Amino acid sequence: MSHRADFPLLVRQPTLRYLDSAATAQKPAIVLDAVREFYETSYANPHRGAYALSGRATECYHDARSRVARFFGLRDAACLIFTRGTTESLNLVATAWGTHNIQRGDEIVVTRLEHHANFVPWQQLALARGAAFRIVELTPDGQVDLDHLRRVVTSRTKVVAVAHVSNALGTITPLAEIASVARAVGALVVVDGAQSAPHMAVDVDTLDIDFYAFSGHKMGAPTGIGGLIGRRAILETMSPYQMGGDMIELVGDDRTSWNVLPHKFEAGTPNVGGAVGLAAAAGYLTSIGMAEVRRHEQALTAVATERLASIPGVHVYGPDAAHRSGVVSFTVDGIHAHDLATILDQDGVCIRAGHHCAQPLLRRLGVGATARASFFVYNDRTDVDALVAGVRSAQALFHGAAA
Amino acid sequence: MTAGGAATPASIDAVYQDQILDHYRHPHGKGALPHPDATATVRNPFCGEEVTVSVMVDRSGAETRVRDIQFVGDGCSLSQASASMMTDLVRGRTVAEIAALADRFTALLRGDPDAARDDRLGPLRAFAAMSRVPARIPCALLAWEGLGKAIGG
Repeated sequence: MSHRADFPLLVRQPTLRYLDSAATAQKPAIVLDAVREFYETSYANPHRGAYALSGRATECYHDARSRVARFFGLRDAACLIFTRGTTESLNLVATAWGTHNIQRGDEIVVTRLEHHANFVPWQQLALARGAAFRIVELTPDGQVDLDHLRRVVTSRTKVVAVAHVSNALGTITPLAEIASVARAVGALVVVDGAQSAPHMAVDVDTLDIDFYAFSGHKMGAPTGIGGLIGRRAILETMSPYQMGGDMIELVGDDRTSWNVLPHKFEAGTPNVGGAVGLAAAAGYLTSIGMAEVRRHEQALTAVATERLASIPGVHVYGPDAAHRSGVVSFTVDGIHAHDLATILDQDGVCIRAGHHCAQPLLRRLGVGATARASFFVYNDRTDVDALVAGVRSAQALFHGAAA
Repeated sequence: MTAGGAATPASIDAVYQDQILDHYRHPHGKGALPHPDATATVRNPFCGEEVTVSVMVDRSGAETRVRDIQFVGDGCSLSQASASMMTDLVRGRTVAEIAALADRFTALLRGDPDAARDDRLGPLRAFAAMSRVPARIPCALLAWEGLGKAIGG
């Protein structure tokens, strides 16, 4: 069932058909309430004052970390670093780990599916360090080509960076297989979890990976909060990413020592309100159950894919619903995706149009832009109906009533 | 009020005028000039659209004049139709006249009713309803930005 009633923005705009959750998710009341409650009862700078209010803020922040860690199946909560989101998390790894560990002649491997946030930092790191940058190509239905991966990964490969779920196609990548190929050569596995964290059960302790990055705003939390989960042994050898307050142990005139995890990577006053909201969002998703979230979105995706693909002139990209998250990327002959998005918007249907921050992928698909509908817990079949009707009316407008 | 953008379902037809769709399907001045005096490529980084404008200019008179112009690009109907109409309108005009036209067209896109009645804009007046979809105004201006770069740079 749909959980639309939990989301105030969607309740206030009953005719809105929000199909852009891969970009960002709407916020459930429980998250908004938790953030407001925190600011109204417990707000101060954590880790600072000797006074009780600062102590309460500190407690809220630690409690949020524990709850978010539990959501991801992470026992060692100190290995969850709060960041602004996936982009900052991936830049943190590429910078704080990469600049000290990548040498001339090393190889960095990414896939053709990557969002720019898990592509550009590695490409630039490779350029800066004189390393090779390799791209694993896809099968025709948009899945990672594991045979190609096995050929691309060599004893020189130091890191394999891969999306858990493609934001542009919805492809769910086989992390276990990818990790085992990387492990065989001793390469690190860095996972962009922006599109998996909100939509499926993720148990990081059972995944054989080194880093998992995610964004809170796609899970129903406020913008500006997300995280990086890392393997303790690696995090402890890494230098800090940013310098400032909170991340130090002792600052001398000539040298400084670093605080313990996770604080070493959290310079400055932390986003406590965001962390509280993120914990509430994780709690909300847990109350529904991630298996149910996945089942609900998979059912909608199967229906949307089938109905769109049955319209003459519509082309759907990506794998079948079993290998796909709640993302449907498509084009319509003779109608540019931006025009389609503008026309759908007139009926209150919000979709994304463009390159989805995945230009290397769209170049390979041979399209400049696709339209993308993506689902979350508040969507239902009426949203799919509106999407399909909107595509048909766009065809009527562009091709005449005969279309 | 509708749930979506500022435009109502009826007004979307006003945005996508027949003239705009005609130019989108059958663009004028499409292709690259074989021996251009100047070219410029402009991109909209948010949507990935790209337009390259190539021009031949005549500098023999007191003012520089565009002798010929073509564009290459892949994009939405609004960016392509605007580019197509632009090639018709600016051929033979001076750089100053083109700058004035571009300003007038920008005013029209932002909803200036006087600009919407300005004959000098010719078929571009079909874009008069664009102020209802302000997010798309950069699409309509992309080729003009390219032309400005080509003749200004």
